[in-house]
Amino acid sequence: MPTIKFTRHLVRFFPDLGHTTAVSGQTVAEIIAALDEKHPGLAAYIVNERGALRRHVNIFIGQDLIRDREQLGDAVAEDDQVYIFQALSGG
Amino acid sequence: MAKDTLILGTRKGIIFLKRSGKDWRTVHDDFPGIPISYAFRDQRTGVVWACADHGHWGQKLHRSYDGGATFAEVPAPKYPEGSTIFDVFSGGKEKPAALSYLWEVIPGGDDQPERLYLGTEPGGLFQSDDGGNTFHLVEGLWNHESRQKNWFGGGRDQAGLCSLAVDPRDSDHLFAGVSVGGVYESKDGGETWHGRNQGLRADYLPEPYSEYGHDPHCLVASPSNPDVLWQQNHCGVFRSVDAGQTWTDVSQKDGPVKFGFPIAVDAHDDQTAWVVPGISDEMRMAVDGALCVGRTEDGGETWTELRKGLPQEHCYDIVFRHALDIDGDSLVFGTTTGNLFLSTDRGDSWTSLGHYFPPIYSVRFA
Repeated sequence: MPTIKFTRHLVRFFPDLGHTTAVSGQTVAEIIAALDEKHPGLAAYIVNERGALRRHVNIFIGQDLIRDREQLGDAVAEDDQVYIFQALSGG
Repeated sequence: MAKDTLILGTRKGIIFLKRSGKDWRTVHDDFPGIPISYAFRDQRTGVVWACADHGHWGQKLHRSYDGGATFAEVPAPKYPEGSTIFDVFSGGKEKPAALSYLWEVIPGGDDQPERLYLGTEPGGLFQSDDGGNTFHLVEGLWNHESRQKNWFGGGRDQAGLCSLAVDPRDSDHLFAGVSVGGVYESKDGGETWHGRNQGLRADYLPEPYSEYGHDPHCLVASPSNPDVLWQQNHCGVFRSVDAGQTWTDVSQKDGPVKFGFPIAVDAHDDQTAWVVPGISDEMRMAVDGALCVGRTEDGGETWTELRKGLPQEHCYDIVFRHALDIDGDSLVFGTTTGNLFLSTDRGDSWTSLGHYFPPIYSVRFA
């Protein structure tokens, strides 16, 4: 089951999230859906209502930034680590 | 009775000030570090609403049943599947519409205690009939023939529904201001809409007197006579005395009252209004480095420049469209550089309530 690691900024809004969890899924979209089942409302912080990744959020699979920010179709393997971070922006 | 609370929506959270005698002081803040694009208290229900504009996590809507002491998130509105926008930044292609900003929460009529409206970017007006638990897109306006062709962003990437006036005599009678798009009127509770832009001038269009494509930064109906409408437009101050059928430019001929964002109208006199002018769209700064409030008491024929108590040199402030409010003889405004000013004498003189607030997006008496 892929391991998911979060930015601490998301833990601020979802205190039960912890920094690491594991959910099933073969694509990033499936991972996000599984996370939302576990933590209702979390998906809306990561993707918009069209399912596209929010502009200032980055998702890495291992060391690689995902390619498909619209459909989140990048494949995730059983032993992958998925990182959900905020992009470096703001002020 | 004069209201004793001020609610600020700022770049770094929501801030509450309370009046004690003549003094106002900050008593509470929340959402530290999170931009609050708009916040207000619904006089009908007492519920405080806050629109959060997370830099990373999207637009969130929060409400408080205890005057702002605690907030709970409610689901933000969703653009329906299949809705699209015309995206000038991707070669003019259509792309799926998705919520990108919450401009304003607007109460429905007094006879509709469960009705709320939300003005959003990219241009959608949303409606709730269950006190804000759920919202749906007002399709009649979204599907208006002018939207895909004549609406576009001004200052932001996409058009915004920035103001809505609900007629106190008939809650089904609405005026919406779209920046950039224009003024629209509905007489059937939002089912059908008609452009009401005759007489407006858009200097940035090839045809300035175009039917659509105008930029009513802030649209307000006179509380004492809702057929008299005012707007601080991108290209001047305009007034209508015939419920939006025609507009007249009432900008100052030789003076600062022209460009700006907010406008406030007297509760009892449809000829009296206040604006806080800025230098034109290219600069968006205080005029001549000095803050002034413009007041007319004759329907825009003449304007008085009110400066007492306001900084008159080395000032770079501008006031956004929801950052001026009125309560009886009191007016208050907050600026982009974190200054907050109050007048209790209809703008004749001003007192600072603080200089070190974050950039202020909205100010409302409560």
